[in-house]
Amino acid sequence: MRTNAVQQTLFHAIMAALSAACLFPFILLFVVSFSDEQSIILNGYSLIPDSFSLEAYRYLWGQLTPLARAYGITVLITAVGTITGLLISSLLAYSLSRDEMPLRRVLSFLVVFTLLFNGGLVPTYLVYTEVFHLKNTLLALIVPGLLTNAFFILIIRTFFKMSIPGAVIESAYIDGASEWTIFSRIILPLSLPILATIGMMLTIAYWNDWFNGLIYITNPKLYSIQNLLNRMLSNIQFLMQNDLGGRSSESLAQMPMNAVRMAMAVIGILPILCIYPFFQKYLVKGLVIGAVKG
Amino acid sequence: MNQSRWRKFRKRVVRHRMLILMALPGLAYLVINNYLPMLGVTIAFKEIDYSRKGLFNLLFGHEWIGFKNFEYLFRTDDAYTITRNTILYNGLFIVLNTVVAIAVAIVLNEIRSRFMSRLYQSLILLPYLISMVIVGYLALSMLNVENGFMNKIILPLLGIDPVSWYSEPAYWPYILTFVNLWKNVGYLCIIYLAAIVGINHEYYEAAVIDGASKWQQITRITVPLIAPTITIMMLLAVGRIFYSDFGLFYQVPLNSGALKPTTDVIDTYVYRGLMTLGDIGMSSAAGLYQSAVGFVLILLSNWLVRRRSRDQALF
Repeated sequence: MRTNAVQQTLFHAIMAALSAACLFPFILLFVVSFSDEQSIILNGYSLIPDSFSLEAYRYLWGQLTPLARAYGITVLITAVGTITGLLISSLLAYSLSRDEMPLRRVLSFLVVFTLLFNGGLVPTYLVYTEVFHLKNTLLALIVPGLLTNAFFILIIRTFFKMSIPGAVIESAYIDGASEWTIFSRIILPLSLPILATIGMMLTIAYWNDWFNGLIYITNPKLYSIQNLLNRMLSNIQFLMQNDLGGRSSESLAQMPMNAVRMAMAVIGILPILCIYPFFQKYLVKGLVIGAVKG
Repeated sequence: MNQSRWRKFRKRVVRHRMLILMALPGLAYLVINNYLPMLGVTIAFKEIDYSRKGLFNLLFGHEWIGFKNFEYLFRTDDAYTITRNTILYNGLFIVLNTVVAIAVAIVLNEIRSRFMSRLYQSLILLPYLISMVIVGYLALSMLNVENGFMNKIILPLLGIDPVSWYSEPAYWPYILTFVNLWKNVGYLCIIYLAAIVGINHEYYEAAVIDGASKWQQITRITVPLIAPTITIMMLLAVGRIFYSDFGLFYQVPLNSGALKPTTDVIDTYVYRGLMTLGDIGMSSAAGLYQSAVGFVLILLSNWLVRRRSRDQALF
C-alpha cells in the first residue's frame, strides 16, 4: 500500500510538471500584457513585474474600430464556414452512405483520392484567384476551408452507416418520405453527437485560420483577428499605420509596445479558452475518431 | 445486354435524383477545391504568361517548356536543403512525439483521481488548440532578444551571455522540435490514452496476482496491446513525411531570412516562391515534386496499414 501512495505522488508530480510546462507561456503572455512598459524594458518579460499597468488594454481600446472589425470578420467566417461545411459534408456523406446511390463507389473514391493527392499551393492559388477571383473577398476566408479534411466526410458516412439502422430509413421510404425528409427528420437528429464533434473541429479550424488570409487577403480591412495578429507579430505599429480606422494621434513613443503585443495575443486566445471547458468532451472525441477512423 | 444495363442505370439515376442532388454541393466543391488544382499541376511544366488568366488558360494556355523548371530547382542547393530539412524534422517529430506521448499517456492512465486526470488532460491539450500565430507570440515572449524570458531570466541565472535567437540558425532544430512537441504531444497523448483505456482490465489483475511490478505491467501488457495503434499512427505520419506544418516553420522563426538554412522546408519554399519572390515556375515545380513524392509515400503507407488492419486503411 505504501509503494502505491509513493507511485501516485510520483505520477502526479510528473503530470503537474508537464501541465505547468504547457501552461507557462500562456501565463507569461498574460502577465506581460498587464505589465508596466518601463518594468518590461528594465527587467524583461517577467512573471513578477515591478508594477502592473492597464496601459496596453487602454491603448487597444483606443483602436477599437479595427479590432472590432477583425473580430466581427472572424466570428462571421467561423459561423458561416462551420454551418455550410457541416451541411455540405453531411449531405454528401448521407448520399454516399446509401446503397441506392448511383455511382456510389466511384464517388466515394473521388472523396478518398483528395486525401492522397493534392495539386499543391500554386495551382490552388491560381484557381481561386484567377478563375474564381476570390482575392480580397471574404469568400476567400470561407471557401478554401469548407471541407477542411475530406476525412470528415468519411467519418460522418461511417457513422450514418453504423448507427442508423437501414430498416428505419427503409420504412420511412415506404411510408412515402422524401430523401430530404429522411435526412432532416431522421438522420440529422440521430447524428447530433457526431455533428457536434465535427462542428467543433471546424469551428476551431476557422477561428485559428490565418493561412487563407495570408495568401488571399491584402486589404487590411478584410483581415480576420488572426491575420491582424500575424501582421502585428512582425510589425507592432501595424494597427495605427494602415488607415484601419484606429486613432493614430497618439505618438508612437507613448505606445507600450511590448505589452500591447502580448495584450493583442491575449485578446486572440481568450474566446477559445472561454469555450474550451464546455466543449472539451466533444473535442476529445473528435480528436480520437479523427485519428483512428470510425 | 449493355443497353439494358445502361437503361437500368438511367432509371436508377432518375429514381434517386434527390440523393444525387444532395451530393452535388459537396462534389462541386471537391471539383473546385481539389480536382481543378490537380489538373492545374501542369503549370509546373509551363512558362507562365501573366496576361493570360481564366480557367482555360490555366489548364491549356501558356507555353510548354518541359522539365526546365525542375532543372532549375534541382540545380540549386535549395532542393537538397528543403528536402533534407523536411524529412529530418518530420522523422524526428514522429519518433520523439510518439515516445513522449505514449509515456505521458501511460502516466496519465495511472492517475486515480478522475478529476485530476481530466484537469491534466485539459492543460496538456491547450497548446494544440491555439493557432500557430499565437504560438509565434509565445515563442517571441521566450526568445525576444532584448526582453525575452530566456535572455533576461534563464540565461543570466545560468551565467550565459544573451543569445540573438532569431539570427542564429544553429539553435533552431532544437527550438522547432521543442515547440512541435509542446504543441502536439497533448493531442497524441489523448489518442494513445484512448487505446490504453480500451485494454481489458483482467490482464492487469492477472498480472498483479502473479506479482508483476508496475514496470512489468507497462512493458509486457500496455505497450504490446497498444502496438497496433502505434504502428498505424506512425505509418500514417510517415505517409505525410513530405508535408510539413507550414505554420511551425513560417510563424515561429518569424519568417527570418537568416534562419533559412535550418528552418526552410518544402512548404515554406513553395510559399515564398509564389508570394514573395513571384517565381511561379520554381514554386510550382517544388510543389509538384512534393505532391508526387507525397502521393507515392501515402500509397505506400496505406498499403502497409492495410496489411495490418483493413479497417484503418483509407481505401
